[in-house]
Amino acid sequence: MSELKEVRFSAESEDLIQNLIKRYPEGKQKSALIPALHIAQAEYDGWLSVPVMDKIAEILNIKPIEVYEVASFYSMFNLNPVGKCLIEVCRTSSCWLRGANDVVAHIEKRLGIKDGETTPDGKFTLKTVECLGSCGTAPMLQIGEHFHENLTLENVDELINKYKTETSHSKYLDGSTFRKY
Amino acid sequence: MAKVTIDGIQIDVPDGTTILNAARMIGPDVAPPTMCYYSKLKTSGGYCRTCLVEVTAGSEKDPRPMPKLVASCRTTVMDGMVVANNTSAKVKDARAGVVEFLLLNHPLDCPVCDQAGECHLQDLSYDHGNYKTRTDFERRTFEKIDIGEKIQLHMTRCILCYRCVKTAEQITDGRVHGVINRGDHAEISTYIEQAIDNDFSGNVIDVCPVGALTDKTFRFKSRVWFTKPVDAHRNCENEKCSGKVVLWYQGEEVLRVTGRKDQWGEVEEFICNTCRFDKKQTSDWTIEGPRKINRHSVISANHYMNMVKPKEFKLNEIKQITE
Amino acid sequence: MARKILLEHIDVPGINTYDVYRSKGGYASVEKALKTMNPQDVVEEVKKSGLRGRGGAGFPTGMKWSFLAKPEGVPSYLVCNADESEPGTFKDRYLMEYLPHLLIEGMITSSYALGANTSYIYIRGEYFYLVRILEKAISEAYANGWLGKNILGTNYSLDLYVHPGAGAYICGEETALLESLEGKRGNPRIKPPFPAIAGLYGCPTVVNNVETIAAVVPIINMTGDEYAKIGIGRSAGTKLISASGHIKKPGVYEIEMGITVEDFIYSDEYCGGILNDKKLKAVVAGGSSVPILPADLILTTANGEKRLMSYESLADGGFATGTMLGSGGFIVMDESTSIVQNLHTFARFYHHESCGQCSPCREGTGWMEKIIHKILDGHGTLEDIDLLWDIQRKIEGNTICPLGDAAAWPVASAIRHFRHEFEEFVKNPSAQREVKYYFHCNNIDTAAAYSSI
Repeated sequence: MSELKEVRFSAESEDLIQNLIKRYPEGKQKSALIPALHIAQAEYDGWLSVPVMDKIAEILNIKPIEVYEVASFYSMFNLNPVGKCLIEVCRTSSCWLRGANDVVAHIEKRLGIKDGETTPDGKFTLKTVECLGSCGTAPMLQIGEHFHENLTLENVDELINKYKTETSHSKYLDGSTFRKY
Repeated sequence: MAKVTIDGIQIDVPDGTTILNAARMIGPDVAPPTMCYYSKLKTSGGYCRTCLVEVTAGSEKDPRPMPKLVASCRTTVMDGMVVANNTSAKVKDARAGVVEFLLLNHPLDCPVCDQAGECHLQDLSYDHGNYKTRTDFERRTFEKIDIGEKIQLHMTRCILCYRCVKTAEQITDGRVHGVINRGDHAEISTYIEQAIDNDFSGNVIDVCPVGALTDKTFRFKSRVWFTKPVDAHRNCENEKCSGKVVLWYQGEEVLRVTGRKDQWGEVEEFICNTCRFDKKQTSDWTIEGPRKINRHSVISANHYMNMVKPKEFKLNEIKQITE
Repeated sequence: MARKILLEHIDVPGINTYDVYRSKGGYASVEKALKTMNPQDVVEEVKKSGLRGRGGAGFPTGMKWSFLAKPEGVPSYLVCNADESEPGTFKDRYLMEYLPHLLIEGMITSSYALGANTSYIYIRGEYFYLVRILEKAISEAYANGWLGKNILGTNYSLDLYVHPGAGAYICGEETALLESLEGKRGNPRIKPPFPAIAGLYGCPTVVNNVETIAAVVPIINMTGDEYAKIGIGRSAGTKLISASGHIKKPGVYEIEMGITVEDFIYSDEYCGGILNDKKLKAVVAGGSSVPILPADLILTTANGEKRLMSYESLADGGFATGTMLGSGGFIVMDESTSIVQNLHTFARFYHHESCGQCSPCREGTGWMEKIIHKILDGHGTLEDIDLLWDIQRKIEGNTICPLGDAAAWPVASAIRHFRHEFEEFVKNPSAQREVKYYFHCNNIDTAAAYSSI
C-alpha cells in the first residue's frame, strides 16, 4: 500500500497538527485525531487514502486501525477520491419541505451524475447529506466550509458555473482556521 | 453485601456485583441470556440488549422502580433491589424484539454454518424469539475474508457484540482489527487486507457467539453434535497459555481444539494458537476424560454420555462467578 | 414586545467583535464572578435561576453542576456541546456566528464555577466556518486578558479550545461527544458512570449546550432570582426557537417562555403565519425527535387550553396528545404536506446517524426506514403500519442512548395522529404518486425550472 506514494505533509500542515496536539493533556494526543484527519483530507485532495491515514497514526503514535475506525465512522471523511468540488445537499425535513429534492434533481440533471457520483472530468461530486443546521434558510447546500442558503435553481446554476473553473479542491479548513497556541 | 431479589429468589451478593452476575449465582433458570457480555473481558456488555431486565424496586432506600428496562450486565445491584427477569412480560416482549433485531440481517444459513449446534444466537432465538420472520427485505451481506491462515471472518453473520475486538485489545498485543463504518453498515474488519498475526488470535473464534469467526482447520469437517468433546491438557511452552483444552473427536481423529467453556458458554482460560491449530494428535495431549457440556444447546444433546438437561439444574448449586 | 436577553444586542453592528461586545457590557459576568463571588456562589445563582438545559433534555443546569465530583488532584472539565445536529435546530449556529463572545464569556464564568482550568467547545465539523469565527474571538479574549493565566489578576486560569467533529449526529449525546473528543468513534458510553463522575479522560466533566452556557451570562449579571421571574413556572427564562418549514419568516427567535404557540406561529413578531396563507397542518415543536402534533393539538391542549411555548405546556397530555419543547427546533408544515414523506426524511436521518453499537437501534432504524420507503413506493400493506408501530415500540427505551427513543417517537406520533395518511398510501398508492413528486417550494417554480434545463 504505502509504496504507492510517500506521504509527506506540508510544513504548514505538520506544524498545525503539532500545534493542535498541544490543546490536549499530555498522553492524550489521540484527541487530535479528528482535527488532524481534517487537515490531512484538506491537503490530500479531499479524501483519506490508507497511506495518509497511516501517516496520521504515526504522527499521533496510535495504531492504524484506530485511525480507520474513526475515519470510517464520521460522514465528513471521504475514503474514496472525490471531485474538486464536493457538493453536499441537505435533504432532511425542513430542507425537504422547502424543495431540497428539486435541488438534488436539478444538480443531477445539470451535471449528469447521480447522488454519490463524480463527473467524469473529476470536477464535481454530489453527495446528499443529513441536516446541516440551516433549516431556517432552506434549501441549502455546502461546498467546503461555505454554506449556500435560500437556494433557487438559478443560484444553484450560478454556483455550478463558478466552481467549474475551480482548480483546487473545496476545503473545510485551511491554515488560518485555527489559532496557534 | 447487598440483598437482591430476582424473579422472587433472594440472594446476598458482594457490593458492586451486577444484576446479571447475581442472577448467575442463583442459577441458569433466572440468569438472563447474553450475547455480548463476557465475564473475562473488561468493558464487555451493554450492546446486544438481550439481558435487559425490569427493576421493580431500585433499592431498600429508594424503592421506586426504574423507568426503563436496564442491561443487567452493566447495572450493579443495590441493597434491597427487586428484579424481574423471566417473570416480567415487559422483559419477554423486549427480548423477543431484540432477537428479531439480531436476526433481521442474520443469514438463515445454519445448515452450512460451522457454528450451528453451539451457536448462542440459535439458542437465543429458540428460547426467546418468534417462529416467524416479519421482514421481507434483502439481508445485508459481506464477502467472506480470511484473516490469517486459520481464521475466517464471515461478516454477514456478525451481530457486532464487540467481543473479538475486546479480546484482541486485552489478550493480544497490537490490535489490527476493529469496527469500521457506522450504524448497520458497521463491520468487523482490518480495513486493509491483513492477517491477524498473534499467538492468541485464535481466541476470537471461541468468544464469537455466532459463526462470524470460525476455525478454518475445522471448516465443513463435521457438525459439532457429531463430535465428542474430551478434556485434555498439555504442558504448553507458551507461558501465557494454560494448555487446558477440549479436543473434539470424530472417531479417533481430533477435528478441532478449543478452549474449555463454562456453563455460560465462556472460555475458562484462553489458549494459544499452537495448542489450538497445531496439536491435533491424541499423542500431543494428556486426556482427562469426556467433557460435560453444561449448556442448554444442541451439543449438550450428545448421546454418548448422560448430559444434564437444563430443567434439572438445581438452584444455588453453581459456584460463584467472580470478576 | 418580546423580551430579549441573549439576543439583546444582536442588531448592534460589529457585536461579533470584541470591542463592540465589550462596549455593550460584555464580560461583566466574568468580572462579577471572579472578583466578587466564589465558585459555589455562581453554582447557587444558576440553581436559583431555574435554568434548564437548552440542548433538548431540559435537565436543571444548576443541579447538573452540583453533581460534579471534586476529587483532590484530578482536573475537571467543562465541555460545550456545539454539535447542534437535531433536524430543525439552528439556534446555536446563529448564536455562535453573531455573538461568539457571549459563548466565550459564558464558558469563562461557567468554568470558574466548576473549577475547570481547561475547557473545550466541541463543534460539529460541518460548522467549520464557525470554528474560524470562534477561534478569532478566543484570540481576542486571550489578548484582552479574559483567558489564560491569572485572569483579572486573580489566581484563576483558564484555557479554552475549539474542537471540531466530523459529521455525526450521535456526538450530540454527551458521552458520545466525549468519546469523539478523545479521538474515538462517537459511540455513546454505557452509564453509569455519568460524566459528572468520570467524563473526559475519566475526569469529572460537565457537558452543556451552547445556549445553556450563554444563558449563564445574564443570570450572573441580573442574579438568579431575577432570571427565575422571567418565563412561566418551571420554564424559567427565555428560549431560542429555530423556526423553519412553511412559515413566512423562518429564523431564530428569542421568546420568553409562556407565550402561546398560536402567537408564535401567526404573529408578525415571530413566524408571521403560514407561507402563502395556507392552512396549518402539523408542527414538530422541538426538533425532529419530538412527537409531531396536528394543528388542533399544537394550538390547544386536549383540555382545550391554549398551548404555550414552555416545557410543561408542550408536554401537557403526555405523548398521547402532547409533545416536548426539546431543542426548540420548530418545524411547521402546511396543509399540502405529506406526513408520511416527511417521516421518511426523519427515518432516513436516524438510520443514517445510528452509531450501530446496540442492536435495537442499529437494526430497527434501518428497518423502519425501509418499511416507510416501501409504503411510499406503493407496496405497503396495512400490516406494515402495525409492524412499524411494533418496531418503534421495541426500540423505545431499550437502547444505550436516547437516539433509539428519538428515532421511535416521530414514527409513533405520525402513526398516532395521522394513521389515515398511511392507510391512504397503502390503499391507493397511485393517487399518492402525485403527492410524492410534488415538493413545496416558495422560491422554486418547479415547472418553469425544469423547462429551463
